[in-house]
Amino acid sequence: MEPRYERNLPALTEEACQILRKKRVLVVGCGGLGGHLIDMLARIGIGAMRVVDGDVFEPSNLNRQLLSEVPLLGISKARAAADRVARVNPDVALEAVEVFLTADNAGSLISGCDVVLDGLDNLESRRILARECHRAGIPYIYGAVNGWVAQAAISLPGDHLIETLYPEGTVLKNKSVLSFTPALCASMQVCLCVKLLTGYPVETGTISYFDLLNQEFEQIPMV
Amino acid sequence: MIEVRVFATLRQGRDKVTMLPPEGITNAADILHLLHIPSEEVSILLINGFHQKPESPVKDGDIVALFPPVGGG
Repeated sequence: MEPRYERNLPALTEEACQILRKKRVLVVGCGGLGGHLIDMLARIGIGAMRVVDGDVFEPSNLNRQLLSEVPLLGISKARAAADRVARVNPDVALEAVEVFLTADNAGSLISGCDVVLDGLDNLESRRILARECHRAGIPYIYGAVNGWVAQAAISLPGDHLIETLYPEGTVLKNKSVLSFTPALCASMQVCLCVKLLTGYPVETGTISYFDLLNQEFEQIPMV
Repeated sequence: MIEVRVFATLRQGRDKVTMLPPEGITNAADILHLLHIPSEEVSILLINGFHQKPESPVKDGDIVALFPPVGGG
């Protein structure tokens, strides 16, 4: 076992660590959720990551987006993710794609990945990504935040979690996000991803819901 | 009585738990109407711990939980 992964043990088995080194994941969005997702996946030792974002950093990102820094304002988020991973864990094969997810490119972006992680910030892109994951038969690790609230879940092909959560006409009331909320959400998403990829037991058909303002944590059944 | 629990931003201007007499309430949509909650502001609607739709029936003794949409990243 390489020294950089020693502290993964024994919480993760050596076999699980080796399995992770052989997996490829897709992270869509390199902002509030995505920055934390990418950093944690690189540190725990995922084998390969494709990261996707067509956006550049702007000042309003600085309150919460791990990859954002003042010197990087105006710089591609996907490119910043690649640079970060190269510094954190150069053993990760990272492919940065500087585009926004669309219905036309979703299929090719997902291709070859074992799991897809949601670092998105809008409902329409989530619907596109969930549809494509369903079509390709790939698990989708959902995460979303708002203000003090975070929720995360595993969506398996056929469960239609995103369509259930966000029917047409769904209204999002504000775009506030605090620094700690996406960090918590991404932690849960990476935890679910690692367990799913390595064969640890996972609970599906439920959403983990965190209301940090009221310190309430719920496991919500969705089936 | 019907126990209604609201979460997160749905608590703005509302109690965490509201007890409603069952008279005049036939489904979850009636509860949303009574609490002045537009249906598009509810993402997760549980009746006795199971995910349901606004048109799902509600009866005396039920526990209804309402969660708002969360969609940022």
